[in-house]
Amino acid sequence: MLEITSTRHNPLVDPSVHVWGWEQPVYLFFGGLVAGMMVLAGLSMLRALREERGAGDYNVQTPILGFVLLNVGMMALFIDLAHRWHVWAVYITLKPYSPMSWGSWILLLVFPVLIASALVRLPSAWPWLGRRVPMLGVASDYLLARTSLMQLLAYSNIIVGIGLGIYTGMLLNTMVARPLWNTALLPLLFLVSGLSAAAATMHLLSRLVPAGPAPQTLIGGGIASLLQSLDPMPPERKKSIALARADIAFLAVELTLLALLLLSHFSGSASQIEAARIVTSGPYAFLFWGGVVFAGILVPLVMQLLELGHRIPHTIIPAVLVIAGGFALRWVIVFAGQLSHVLSNPGL
Amino acid sequence: MPRFGMAIDTTKCVGCMDCVVACQTENDVPVGYCRDWITTEVRGEFPNLSMEIRSERCNHCDNPPCVKCCPTGASHVSDFGKVVLVTENKCIGCKACISACPYGARYVHPEGYVDKCTFCIHRVEKGQDPACVSVCPTHCMTFGDLDDPNSNVNKLLASRKHHTLLPEAGTKPRIYYLT
Repeated sequence: MLEITSTRHNPLVDPSVHVWGWEQPVYLFFGGLVAGMMVLAGLSMLRALREERGAGDYNVQTPILGFVLLNVGMMALFIDLAHRWHVWAVYITLKPYSPMSWGSWILLLVFPVLIASALVRLPSAWPWLGRRVPMLGVASDYLLARTSLMQLLAYSNIIVGIGLGIYTGMLLNTMVARPLWNTALLPLLFLVSGLSAAAATMHLLSRLVPAGPAPQTLIGGGIASLLQSLDPMPPERKKSIALARADIAFLAVELTLLALLLLSHFSGSASQIEAARIVTSGPYAFLFWGGVVFAGILVPLVMQLLELGHRIPHTIIPAVLVIAGGFALRWVIVFAGQLSHVLSNPGL
Repeated sequence: MPRFGMAIDTTKCVGCMDCVVACQTENDVPVGYCRDWITTEVRGEFPNLSMEIRSERCNHCDNPPCVKCCPTGASHVSDFGKVVLVTENKCIGCKACISACPYGARYVHPEGYVDKCTFCIHRVEKGQDPACVSVCPTHCMTFGDLDDPNSNVNKLLASRKHHTLLPEAGTKPRIYYLT
């Protein structure tokens, strides 16, 4: 028997560390989602350039929507900072061993890439704004007329997007004190989960808001620039199928990474085994098995396979489940990870 | 430059918490928080029991994960004494260091920055012992330079059996518990 009594009683630390609340999963989810959207937008731009179709199909709204969603995530992070008015301190140094330092600087790259990508189609996506700010049209025409610049923008989206997606996992995975997070698989898992959530988001939007001419009004145009695809090429159905196929691949990889992560933990140290148990049979087991694995990965995977095989009609259900599952994954990992700790004298 | 550490004799510690109160008074630690605390560990089955009482605090690790993860450099190792400190006005309160510490040695001060044991560096610079060491009624704590082979702390470590907390975390803690 081992009985440990402590007089320590610090808020957020005892009886177990719970320094991060809802803000962290929200921030990690939106960071991963935008990372995935940037990678998909970059790939779509490259394909469009190859086919000489100008600005591509789903990149039309993703940079503008990505910009807004990333700001939502950043706001959650800002709310979480306990000494938030000193946040400038991250930009007067670069700490090579601190993922959060890298992430802060990566964000400085993400925003210009998103803004430049948004400029490509903003004047046509939001005509009201385009008419009032003619410079937008000039910038858009300048970019569209130069293939090399568009290629640079496409590759920037892919590279910076991958960096952002990996960062969301790196933030947690470098902490030796939290065995659940302390695995190099976590950044990959969060990157792929971000990609699947991004494909699902674009799929959902293309089903909910069919492509069409941009509304000329201030508010209508503004909302449409976030949500609506302008380019009818390729046809909506083909686009849905392409996104469903991409999502199936992402979900399959995500499931594999999740299995590998648990396997590596269960074959690891006592601390790692205990950490994995918090997820698989502890307080987060129901959310993990029911929300992340079953509803978030397996059900949409099977449904999309059946949809592609014409066994069931196309619906938005898989896309909604994938997005919810991606958020549930961040929630489980953040909260269960905080519960996990290095065991002292395990086995006693 | 010295590299400060501490040896705490668990066979002398009675868990009176004088060190805890001295620290709170010396460092104006807010009510409801503590920079050091007492841990009591009981092992075995009755009647074959053993008990270890420890005064615990930041281990001022040689490989400090809290310093590595800090995005601003607020958490840093001081030049004098290699003590792990937090610069208040550089701390953004991201709490990554609290998650990264295997010992639970840090907390968020009510004013927003992260706070922790400083080895009372302001006293040590004047040649005094940290407050916890100076008040201990059983003299179970010895503070000194681990790089000086003739320091009292090194003499104790050379002659007594000792252990550190969670050595498996690889943080190379500098608080040694004599057994």
